[in-house]
Amino acid sequence: MQTPFPMLITIAWRNLWRNHRRSLIMLAAIAIGLWGMIWMTALMRGMVDQMIDDAISTLSGHIQIHAEGYLDDPSIEHTLPGVTQNPQLHTLLNSQQVTAWSQRIRVPAVIRSERDIYGITLVGIDPQREKGLSFIADSVMDGQYLKSIDDKHVLLGRKLIEQLETKLGRRIVIMSQDPDNNVAERGFRIGGIYDTELQATETSYVFAGIETVRKMLRMGSGVSEISLLGHDYRHLDGLAIEVRAAAGAAETKTWLQLDPYMASMLDVMDGFIFVWFGIIFLSLSFGLINTLLMAVFERTREIGLIQALGMPPGNILFMVLIESLIMLVIGLLAGNLLSWLTILPIQDGIDISGVAEGLEWAGMSSTLLPAVKTSDVLLANAIVLVLGVAASLFPAWRASRKVPVEAITRIWQ
Amino acid sequence: MDNNAVRCRKVNKIFAQGELAVHALSNVDLDVAGGGFVCLSGPSGSGKTTLLNMIGGLDRPTEGEIRVAGQRIDQMSMSDLADLRLQHIGFVFQAYNLIPVLSARENVEFVMQLQGVPANERLDRAMAILHEVGLDGLENRRPGELSGGQQQRVAVARAIVSKPALILADEPTANLDSVTADKLMQLMRELNANIGTTFVISTHDKLVMSYAKRLIKLHDGKIIDDIAQSTRRV
Repeated sequence: MQTPFPMLITIAWRNLWRNHRRSLIMLAAIAIGLWGMIWMTALMRGMVDQMIDDAISTLSGHIQIHAEGYLDDPSIEHTLPGVTQNPQLHTLLNSQQVTAWSQRIRVPAVIRSERDIYGITLVGIDPQREKGLSFIADSVMDGQYLKSIDDKHVLLGRKLIEQLETKLGRRIVIMSQDPDNNVAERGFRIGGIYDTELQATETSYVFAGIETVRKMLRMGSGVSEISLLGHDYRHLDGLAIEVRAAAGAAETKTWLQLDPYMASMLDVMDGFIFVWFGIIFLSLSFGLINTLLMAVFERTREIGLIQALGMPPGNILFMVLIESLIMLVIGLLAGNLLSWLTILPIQDGIDISGVAEGLEWAGMSSTLLPAVKTSDVLLANAIVLVLGVAASLFPAWRASRKVPVEAITRIWQ
Repeated sequence: MDNNAVRCRKVNKIFAQGELAVHALSNVDLDVAGGGFVCLSGPSGSGKTTLLNMIGGLDRPTEGEIRVAGQRIDQMSMSDLADLRLQHIGFVFQAYNLIPVLSARENVEFVMQLQGVPANERLDRAMAILHEVGLDGLENRRPGELSGGQQQRVAVARAIVSKPALILADEPTANLDSVTADKLMQLMRELNANIGTTFVISTHDKLVMSYAKRLIKLHDGKIIDDIAQSTRRV
């Protein structure tokens, strides 16, 4: 006997709307459940992505190369030869695998204004190469970005400007240590003020042209670090191996190794998504099973009749599963639509500056950007659909096993 | 070769009611020849419905052997029983006869769909049978939009449309007025006479009994009388 799919679908569809209030409630529960999965995941994902983006753009890049010992003692004593001294590395950095790279000098220093004095990190940069690699090129809000590697100006964060009680165009003095352990100092004029989401960044880093910093520190062509971006921050193992091979004795580390806190956040986020999906689905499944069991219970006589007329138990099981599947598909469509409609207006971010200080402590910015990933949406849909059908198996099985005794007895009587 | 449409041997059915065992059927022997028109009568609790359940493969006997269309059904699997009912048996119940979400025509087509009859043929046969039972113009109405008599006629149409060898009917006229009941019984007898369909009908209704070729009386799960009669009306 062939399975009469069109008839089963027709009956399942019409049965679904017999108790339209109950079906609508269940559809709403599925839609809101899916929305909760997608929306919450988008916000959490966005939060972590932004933390990672901030971390990566705050000078770490995807991969960094340092002289051996630099990470333990980030001083002028631990420098690398410049990229041009290593043809293999130079070729790799200019290949398709690398989207941006730059070399920097990064040393601890002290900055002094007329009013105050603070400890900072002086970063000598190649202004052109930093574009697209780190935040600094796009963050100068007042004044001008550095024009060249021997630009005589410095860029200060807005918070540091406030702390030093100075302003754009004023002079400051930066002191550090040269390779011979002598004090190296130089006066600079403030050429630009940058803003970042994190105040800690604004107070920590002062940027100058790399050649100017070299002259100030009386050093040769060495650099403190080489930073580069690959294509995907999650998949860097292959590129890291090649960079490590090209960099030789230097220490090559990915951002995950440089920032274990962020790396663990990434793992926690993936775990959180599964736990979150699980919790929502668990609540949904109770409703789904209950709805279908009620529907089956109410239709005991009818199911008995259908089987008395010759429908085999397998088809009855299939009919209830189709009913569940239709409900799940409609609920999922509504849930996806609801998610889209609610995420669209907040694509530019949600302002959470009211709790900015607390968030900054966790390395988060004051704007929360939702990140909708196709894989998350597909996973949420697949979980609801597959597990929803699985949860429906029990009521469907109950329906198919009712006949002939109990159900038929109720028909005859 | 067994020419009987139904053959029951030493059929017993015991229901447990708490600690009590109720003998719904006791050693029932029954043969119904093909083309028979048999009425099962008796008071409530006499075992009419239980016997119909057993013959229809809707329940299994505690003991005994039942054959329908030559096949032993008391040991068949649920799927095989469903297939037997689909291919050989038509049912007319007292109430809740129709699938409420399907129209009259779709209800009539239901069994044919399970049998895999092509759509065009299904439609033609359903419309013809609905015409035959006097339901022209009502084919697209759902059961809730039909009267009790109309619903019973749809049920009969569904039972006969695929020309089963055996039709089992439980109190088919219970919810009908006398005129409608009479028309329904005439329809059944015509089918019996014209197509040779075997009917086994459980009833209290004297009108229904008057159409029977054979009247079987049950009491306390036993056959107490088995009368062949010449019917008064055809």
